[in-house]
Order: sequence, then structure tokens, then C-alpha cells
Amino acid sequence: MHGLKPQPRGWLVWLTTTDHKKIGLLYLFTTFMFFILGGVEALIMRLQLAQPSGTLVDPETYNGLATMHGTTMIFLFIVPVLAGFGNYFVPLMIGARDMAFPRLNALSYWLLLFGGLAFYASIFFEPPQAGWTMYPPLSDDAFSPGGGVDAWIFLIHLTGLSSIVGAINFIATIHNMRAPGMSWGRMPLFIWSILVYSYLLVAALPAVAAAVTMLLTDRHFGTAFFDPAGGGDPMLWQHLFWFFGHPEVYIMILPVFGMISEILPVFARKPIFGYKAIAAATVAIAFLGLLVWAHHMFTTPTPTVVLAFFMLASFTIAVPTGIKIFNWIATLWRGKVVFKTPLYFAAALPALFVIGGISGVILAIFPVDWQLHDTYFVVAHFHYVLFGGSVFGLFAGLYYWFPKMSGRLMSEALGKTSFWLMFVGFNMTFLIQHSIGMEGMPRRVYDYSEELGVGTYNLISTIGAFILGVGVVVTCVNVLISIKKGKRAGNDPWQGNTLEWFTSSPPPDNNFDVVPRVRSVEPMKDIRREVLAASRPAETVAQPTAPRSL
Amino acid sequence: MISRALPSGMPRRLLAAALGAALLAILIAAPVALGDTFTPESGGSPNADDIDTLFKITLYVGIVIFLIVEGTLIWALFKYRGRRSAPDAAQIRGNTPLELGWTVAAALILVVLTVVTFLYLDDIENPPPSGPQGLQASQTRFASIDQPTPPGPHLRIKVNGQQYLWRYDYPGEQTLFSYHTMVVPVDTTVVLEVSASDVIHSWWIPKLGGKVDGVPGHVNETWFKIPPKFAGDTFADGTVFDGQCAELCGAGHADMRAKVRAVTPEQYEAWAEEKRQDIEEAGEELARQREEREGEETGQ
Repeated sequence: MHGLKPQPRGWLVWLTTTDHKKIGLLYLFTTFMFFILGGVEALIMRLQLAQPSGTLVDPETYNGLATMHGTTMIFLFIVPVLAGFGNYFVPLMIGARDMAFPRLNALSYWLLLFGGLAFYASIFFEPPQAGWTMYPPLSDDAFSPGGGVDAWIFLIHLTGLSSIVGAINFIATIHNMRAPGMSWGRMPLFIWSILVYSYLLVAALPAVAAAVTMLLTDRHFGTAFFDPAGGGDPMLWQHLFWFFGHPEVYIMILPVFGMISEILPVFARKPIFGYKAIAAATVAIAFLGLLVWAHHMFTTPTPTVVLAFFMLASFTIAVPTGIKIFNWIATLWRGKVVFKTPLYFAAALPALFVIGGISGVILAIFPVDWQLHDTYFVVAHFHYVLFGGSVFGLFAGLYYWFPKMSGRLMSEALGKTSFWLMFVGFNMTFLIQHSIGMEGMPRRVYDYSEELGVGTYNLISTIGAFILGVGVVVTCVNVLISIKKGKRAGNDPWQGNTLEWFTSSPPPDNNFDVVPRVRSVEPMKDIRREVLAASRPAETVAQPTAPRSL
Repeated sequence: MISRALPSGMPRRLLAAALGAALLAILIAAPVALGDTFTPESGGSPNADDIDTLFKITLYVGIVIFLIVEGTLIWALFKYRGRRSAPDAAQIRGNTPLELGWTVAAALILVVLTVVTFLYLDDIENPPPSGPQGLQASQTRFASIDQPTPPGPHLRIKVNGQQYLWRYDYPGEQTLFSYHTMVVPVDTTVVLEVSASDVIHSWWIPKLGGKVDGVPGHVNETWFKIPPKFAGDTFADGTVFDGQCAELCGAGHADMRAKVRAVTPEQYEAWAEEKRQDIEEAGEELARQREEREGEETGQ
């Protein structure tokens, strides 16, 4: 694939590449830029809300910012950044030389980029203002006549296609291209999670693709799928949207769980505790995740028996999720924990996610949700899940894999500074939002009344958001400095367990000259043991012990 | 398991003591600190109070789980931090009884929460009859006055969300409606039929219970029953409960406020009578103006 034809040089190589590592880097760079954009939008909103009667932005701009922020973070950051890590590391971790369909892989990336650009083009005419959930009738042409909603529909179609194509590529790669000996039971947990992520994308995305197409025809071609005046029903949108939207939550968290399941054992110097349980829990969460969508709709006109079903289904997800958290703690237990930056971020994930998990169970109780739905309590809940969970995990992944991608180590001092700023800033921003919501402040408001008594809380939240922002900037600086001046990493700076550490950093175009035979879930441990054995005098060489059955 | 004492027993005991003290402090402080800041609003209606109780029960369970998870996590990170002198990591790959144990424990906790929820559900969902000081009782006392027929055991009010205000239609043969502020008699079960005429809105007065979405083409129901103590000596003294639209409905969403004024049944009826007459007069006035204009137009 990359052998005989002369390769283009300079910038052109990035436009024409079909190499999974370059595409992975394009993904990571692009999505991180969108993360910065989404973060700036969030900070503007926090400034506006720092005190009652803020005058920084008008209501239209605020609604636009809220819509852009949600859409950006979900469709242009978390989901595709996972595809970025997956692109770079799935072939390396399974001992393959590229993805199954390299050109399709390039297509995935370019669809994502142009989806994002089409969406952001709307800031030059009129950004969408109906929220990232885009509920009709508000998003219908009668109430949102500008082109912003159409730009959003375009984004969903392009990024959706990008994700589906990418997911099929991951599925084909993982099923067919694993190194010799890598049976299902020896597959790294990150690979398990990317496989499940891919199946979930294939299952969930068609629903939202259909929904936005119907919205498009409602807006421009006179249909009335969601318009009660024409015999349609706004509830149909909510069902279709959340049938996609809730699996989307697991799409955004499961691969991060996978990363943590790789990182914690490496830094605890212990095998992962309960490999099979974690893999099974991943599959269970994905399956149950398809059955809980209406817990986003507890306040809509819906029969009690339906509400009860979705409450119980949501409860059951807490079990496999809890299993994972206990497995991670058990992985650290009796280990010899090495405190490097990736470990900080990785250990923060269970610490923060458990708060989002507990508030999630509280919200699943539908009578309680009647009070908390659509308030800042919910905003706090999903930021604990998506920022405390996904983003802290992604930063763990960044610090863990940066040496492999760049060949250089990141600064530990900057990394730990960034971590503590982010950790303190994050909790300061979002912990208090639980109370803001319970005091009666709904989400998606550009202003709140002074009588609510949440002015001080909001000020604390805003200050926290800026501390969090500074923490992210420190990591950006760390990346920029380390990419040029970081210490040489070598092949395996962390004593990793998986095959990406077998090759050089950064890996050559063909990844591996020789693909090693995999004999356990931690092939690098076997390889290190063999190397050690080979370097000893012959009489002391122990027979390579078979790893205990998994 | 081989016991591995730390170089000095002191930090370990200190940490254990600190963790224990923190746990105790939180357990003691929690009920005190859990004022309104840490729970949903309540106090204006029994269903809001029940939701508040249900929330607190779940929160207590959640706090225990939180302490277990954070405690074991921090303990593991602290105790097994990789100092040079520390023993090698134990190569453990799992422990089936332990794993089954926490799986079953997690499931049991959720079963308990399910049972508790269903115990409270009836009281939260189903409107009770009105109390003795409610509209029903006063209706019989004022039967001699020419009042519309009583609206049944509940006062049913139609709530309609519109960009960006709320309209309330009260029961009775004569038209009675108001905007923005809903006036209701205390100790009376008020059932709301919530809908919307343009986009989706959500009705929410935090102290009076949960929110319900007003969806165009659908009618959604909720109820509240305000205790008698919230009415005042005069109409103007009645407690006003604040709320606002909770579903993004456009640029004016944040300003789409709602108020519910609690008054005695007598004050309610007096207000209703006056309001009905105002509406009727306004209607007649409108009709007269229209006739005049039509007359002018045809006269020219």
C-alpha cells in the first residue's frame, strides 16, 4: 500500500495520506482544535452567567453559543477524537500494518473535517440556536428560519457518515487483522472498547440520520413529520434523537474506559483485575445503552409504565459500570504504583465518574427527575460523565501515548501542573452546579433572576471554569514544547503491556518489520521476559511459564 | 496475603484515623448541611415534599457508595505508591468471589432503590382529594351566591405555553383566564392540563413539585396542593411561588417566568368573579368597537 509509489513530500503528504498513523494525527489535531473552540464558547457562557443580569451577550448569541458548544464537544471532539486514538493505535495494538480499508479511512477523516467546517461556516450568517438536541417545533422553519439549523443537519450527515464508515473500518480491522495468536481473550481492552464503540455507532447513527433528514424535509419540502398541525408529532423527533443520543453517551465513554483499562495496569505494575469481567461489562453496557433512551424524556407526556421501564433499564447499567470502577481500584490494590502524569489523569477518571454515576442513578428515578430535569443539576451530571470521565481519560491517553506518537516524553512538571489545575477547576465549576440546579435554575438560560439566590454559586462556577481552562492551556504548551524539546522516549518508556510499545517511537510506515506471536493479553511482558532470559547464562534460563489462564 | 508493614506504623494509623474522622464528620454533618442547597426545592405541595424525601434517600445511599469508592481508591493510591523499598506488585488477575460479590451488592442496592421509588410513586403521581379548607368546602358555604357549578373534587386549570408567556384557563361556564400569574385556592388539589401552542415549553414551579413538558398536540398532567398556611389575610398577602419555563423555547426562554399565587378559597372566588366580569366587559367593549369600525367602514 505504501511501498512502491514515490510518496509526496511536505504538506502534500497530509492531504493525500492513507496511513492510519497520519490520519490518526490529523484526527487528533483537528478534534483538539474543535475542543479549544468549544471550550472558548463555554467560557463566554460562563462569563455571561457569572452574575445575574449579565450583559456580555444577547439571548440569541447565548443560545447560539450553547448550541455550538454542545454540538462541537459531542460531534466534533469526543466522538472523533476517539476515532483518532483508535486510528493510530488499533492497528499498532493488534499488530497490523494499517487499517483494513486505508482509503476509506482517509474519507472518514475528510468527511469529519468538512462537516465541522460546514457547521462552523454558520457563524458567518446565523448559527443554530435550538440547542444541540434541536427539538422541533423550535428547530422547524417557522421558529428557526435562518440557515443555522440546516448547517447543523449538514454536520450530522457528514460526521455521521464519517463515523459509520470509520466504524465499519474498525470492525473489519479488528475482526480480521489481529496478530497471530491474538484470540478474542487476548485482545487488549482498548481494542474491545473500540470494537463495541464501532458496533454502537453502526446501530445508533442511522436513527439520527433519518431524523435529521425528516427535519430537513419538514423545513424545506413541506412535510410534517414533527408538526402537529400537519398530523405529525414532536415526540417522534425526541424518540429518534435519543435512540441515537443515549448510545452516543456510551460511544463517548466506553473507549475511554478501554484506555484506562490499559493505562492503570501499566502504572500499577500489575495485570488488569478481572479482564473478562471488564470486557463483558463493556458489551453489557453497550447492549443496555440501546434500551434506555426515554430517560431523557421523563417530563414528556408518557405513560407511567413506560417511565418505569426506562428507569429500571437505566438502573441496570449502573451494575456493569460499577463492576468496572471496582476492577480499576482492585487493579491498583497491592500494586507498585508509578506516579506519572498518565496515572494522575487515569486515576481521576473513576474518582470523578463515580459522582456522575451516582447523580445518574438519582436522575433515573423518574419522579426525582421531574424536579431535576433540564436544570443545572443535569448539566453538572453530564459534565461529570463527559468531562470528568471522557476528557480526563482522553488526557490520560494523550500523556500515555504522546511518546509513541512523537518519539518524545512530555514534561512531567507541566503535566502534573495541568492535572491539578484541571482537577481543581473542574470540580469547582461543576460540583456547585448541582446546587444551582436544585435551587431552581434551568439550563440553557442566558440570564437568571437575582431572587434565585445563585449569583455566588455561579461566580464560583465561572472562576472554576477559567482555572480549568488554564489547566488545558498548560497541556497545550506542554505538547508544543515537548514535541520539539522533550526527552527521547525510546520504544517503551512506560514498560507497556501491548504491542504498540514493541515498535519504534514514532513507528515506521509499516509499523512492524516482524509481527510477534501473541501468547497472552500482555504480549510485551512475554517479550521482555524472553529478552531478559536470552541475556542470561544458559543454565539459569527458566522455562517461559505460560501465563495463567484468563 | 502476606502482611507488609510500612516502615513506620505511624502514617498508616494517622491516615486511617484521618479517614475515619472525615467519614464520621461527613455522616454527622450531612443531615445538617443537607438544607435546601443540597436537595430539590419543596414545601409548597405534598408531591414536592415526597420527591424531596425520595431524593434524600437516594442521596444518602449515594454518599455511602461515594465514600467507599473514593476511600478505597485514595487508600490504594496512597498505600501502594511505588517507593523503592516497596515490595513488587502482586500479580493478581482477578478474584471471582469478590467480583461476584460486588456485582450482587450493586444489584441489591438498585433493587432497594426501585422498591423505595415505587413506595413513594403513588403519592407523587396521583392527586389526593382537596382538603377541608379548600375550594370544595367553601363552595357549599357560598352556594346561595350565584356561582358556577363546582369543578369536581379537583380544580382543573388548563396551562398553555406560548413564546414567551403562560396562559391559564380556569374552569367554569363563564370564560376565566389569566396570563403569567396563576391564582389558586389553598388546600385545594389543583390539576394542571399542560400543553403548548407553538414550540415545546416546560411548566415548573420548583416548590410545587416536578416539571411537565407542554408539547404541541399533547396534554400533559400534573398537580399540586398548597397547604392553607400559605394564604394571607388579603389577596395581596398570598404567597407567590416562582418558576420559569424549563425547556429551551427560543430567545425569550430565560425570561418566560411563571408565578402561582396562593389565596383562600373566598379570595379566589372574589378574584374570579371580578376577573370574569372584566373579561366579559372587555369582550363586550371589543365587540362594540368592532361594530363601530364596521359601521364606519360600511358608512363610507
